[in-house]
Amino acid sequence: MQSLILRTATRLLVSLILVFSIYLLFSGHNSPGGGFSGALVAATGFALYTIAEGPASVRRAIRIDPRRLIVFGLALALASGLAAVFAGKPFLTGLWWTVAELPDYTLVLGTPFFFDVGVYAIVLGTILTIILALEES
Amino acid sequence: MTAMESMLLKGVTEAVLIFLTLAILFAFIRLVIGPDPADRIVALDLISVLIVAYLGALSIYTGERAFLDVAIAYALIAFLGTVALARFRERLAKKSRNDETHGEG
Repeated sequence: MQSLILRTATRLLVSLILVFSIYLLFSGHNSPGGGFSGALVAATGFALYTIAEGPASVRRAIRIDPRRLIVFGLALALASGLAAVFAGKPFLTGLWWTVAELPDYTLVLGTPFFFDVGVYAIVLGTILTIILALEES
Repeated sequence: MTAMESMLLKGVTEAVLIFLTLAILFAFIRLVIGPDPADRIVALDLISVLIVAYLGALSIYTGERAFLDVAIAYALIAFLGTVALARFRERLAKKSRNDETHGEG
């Protein structure tokens, strides 16, 4: 579809949607959001990009095959679960590291975050595979 | 915020929610009777904009910040829905035009 209005609006919106999806991924720990819904929002952005510019430019934009994204996500989720096993705790137990001690609060990073990033990659990879396959057929 | 102000805020947001519900109802009537698919797509887009406004008002009414996240996500995604429906309609029109000029098949 060659529409100047749609392409211009999409260029503005896709970046906004992707930033919001990252925000959802990070805020998912103690408020609505998380890896799954963040990835769905990101996939919406790429779907919009596919409609406006075509599947070939989406493939150029994401650089890697979406199926590799699924493999990467599964590996990251598994690794975050196994990290607890190596620490001598049950599988998928959350481990937390203190990254920085600030005057008002401490910044911690844990394995649940990496699990969430893994979920994000799996969902985004799956939906991108479906969208691109449907558009290219 | 004084008691008077919070009471005023509650009343105003209640009125806003009622009027937005009525607006969604009217848009829904257009969605049902709309003779042309294009009318239905516009009605659907209007409903999604009204839902975003409703979520904003609901966020003020309940004091729940999470509704604002939902409103942002919905506003971004509703655009995709309208665009996809418009493209579907365009394809349908192109197909029927081809069928008319080339006869059957």
